[in-house]
Amino acid sequence: MTTTTMPKTDQVTTPSTAQTPLPDADTLRKWLRDMMLIREFEVRSMQAYQNKLAGGFLHVYNGQEAVAVGCIGALRPDDPVITAYRDHGHALARGMDPKVGMAELFGRIGGCAKGKGGSMHFFDAEHHMYGGHGIVGAQAPLGAGLAFATKYRDEVMGSSKNNHVTLCFMGDGAINQGAVHEAMNLAAVLSLPVIFIVENNFYAMGTAIDRSTAAAGHICDRAAGYEMESAVVDGMDVLEVYRGMKPLVDYCRETSKPVFVDMRCYRFKGHSMSDPRKYRTHDEEAKWELEDPIERLAAHLQGAGGVTAEDTKAMAKTVRQEIRAAVDWAKQSPEPPIEELYHDVYVDRWGPYTGTSVPSFMQRRSSDREQTNDA
Amino acid sequence: MANLTMVQAINQALAQEMERDDRILVMGEDVGHNGGVFRVTEGLHEQFGSDRVVDTPLAESGIIGTAIGLAMAGLRPVPEIQFEGFLGPAYDQICTHAARMRLRTRAGLTVPMTIRVPVGGGIHAPELHSDSPEAIYSHNPGIKVVMPSSPYDAKGLLLSALRDPDPVIFFEPKRIYRAFREEVPEDAYTIPIGSSRLVREGSELTMVSWGATVVQCMNAIEQSGRDIELIDLRTINPMDFDPIAQSVEKTGRAVICHEAPRNCGVGAELSARIMEECFLHLEAPVQRVAGFDTIMPYYKLELDYLPDAERIGKAIAETAAY
Repeated sequence: MTTTTMPKTDQVTTPSTAQTPLPDADTLRKWLRDMMLIREFEVRSMQAYQNKLAGGFLHVYNGQEAVAVGCIGALRPDDPVITAYRDHGHALARGMDPKVGMAELFGRIGGCAKGKGGSMHFFDAEHHMYGGHGIVGAQAPLGAGLAFATKYRDEVMGSSKNNHVTLCFMGDGAINQGAVHEAMNLAAVLSLPVIFIVENNFYAMGTAIDRSTAAAGHICDRAAGYEMESAVVDGMDVLEVYRGMKPLVDYCRETSKPVFVDMRCYRFKGHSMSDPRKYRTHDEEAKWELEDPIERLAAHLQGAGGVTAEDTKAMAKTVRQEIRAAVDWAKQSPEPPIEELYHDVYVDRWGPYTGTSVPSFMQRRSSDREQTNDA
Repeated sequence: MANLTMVQAINQALAQEMERDDRILVMGEDVGHNGGVFRVTEGLHEQFGSDRVVDTPLAESGIIGTAIGLAMAGLRPVPEIQFEGFLGPAYDQICTHAARMRLRTRAGLTVPMTIRVPVGGGIHAPELHSDSPEAIYSHNPGIKVVMPSSPYDAKGLLLSALRDPDPVIFFEPKRIYRAFREEVPEDAYTIPIGSSRLVREGSELTMVSWGATVVQCMNAIEQSGRDIELIDLRTINPMDFDPIAQSVEKTGRAVICHEAPRNCGVGAELSARIMEECFLHLEAPVQRVAGFDTIMPYYKLELDYLPDAERIGKAIAETAAY
């Protein structure tokens, strides 16, 4: 057993908290529902994975729900969002239908990537969710590029200014990847409207942050190196996430300058389903579970928002039903036919290899499975 | 002798060689406290401590680049990259530095480094966790590329890699990490890099494969009931071609089988060389059974993508009957 002490860290420095009013009660209730939906989705995902209904790998978001919901709550619906492989929460917070996500986990054709991407590859172009990427930190330059595109459309192509803000999420392990630093420098030099949000759950897979990251308690100093505004935000409280993010989103939108956020949070489960969590103590986990973001918002709403415990229970019940329906729907969705191996590799359905590398046996087997064979 | 899985054989080789040679250090993401993503380095941290079993930041380019520096300074680093798909960020360091250092410095500096990388499909992982990039690295002169197909070979080849004066990418097929056990001698032994293995003697047809696909080839051969010779390449680069040429001269027919996509795969090189060197002996066109020219699919289609006994059997039947 290894015990790790959390590094001495910068204090949470949520900017302009007092000046940031919270949204109306309906919005707060929706956030509670969204966080419950994400949690329930993850709980059922884990069950499905254990029952071998879902394959691939599975990295769940339990504990970090306030981050995706609060950050995306501070955005406009058409602002781009991109993240790494722990991506279910962001996609659901963005409005992806849970049944489409569940079908993706189950490798079914109804999934958001036709059951060909799996857990790490949740995409939803309609909701401006740009994935879902499997290589740590590799999405950061893509995030800079998305922001560059919105700016380019405004300044070079557009007749009207949209002033989009791009949120680029990553884990704390990612901040040591070269690609992240290349992206941050480029965003600063080109003045791109992107917010790099580090979901700092203190572990890069199984390695505690102070064992893998220099100056681990002060990662905002890295932003200072690029003359980038930064803030430390409490990611376990969705109200704090919103209060922290809203002024930064506004600043980014007005100035078109990049921002860096050290979002402190904790993943309640392991890095992936095969992680025995030997690197942290049960006491540490128990301490953080007391900070459950769903319970914190529920308590707030019961205290101030006119929401009763019965309301919360009813909401939880609805969410359970919705996710159960998603599981049932995903189970019914067909497996991708074998032709899908050759679809979407290039723009042409069968790629440039038509007639040469589509093996005849494959055509035979595909006709076994599906009557139509358009090879 | 003990009956070991490939994971255990590799672990044993690492421990024995670290004991023998204190220039060797293991480094990578979660290789220490956690014992590695596939638990291949389990116990090494306890035995050799954190100075020689180094948990690194999550930064593949930095891991490999640092290992190259260690090797240039005379040490023998053994970096682990968790999955072959994560080699991407390190590709620059491998191919612009490790592969070229000896030539660039006219042998003034060398890079005796072994990069251990779990490779290939068959464990229901998605793309970037199931790829077979051996051709990409074999195309770069200056790197040796090794892929064992059994626990015994894994230990002997790894010990050779650890003692090799040049950079070696040691691909470990995850599909057969724990799929079967084999008698593995306790004592250290080496299998030369660049030596293939005659898995099975035969007169009717020559099959060439490597890694986890060797197992599939054996299944297909047994099902076919034919007298087929099977050669396990073991090392992709440098390639031990003479035994293949001799075999094809004997049988006149060849089927090559690999998991990577067919287009520009190692099978293409093998096929071309058979044509160049055995042309007058060939009784049939050389056939390749490979992964398809597509991105490694998610698990529902994984088994369709991977060459199996059915597909290999069909190629055997066609080639034998030609």
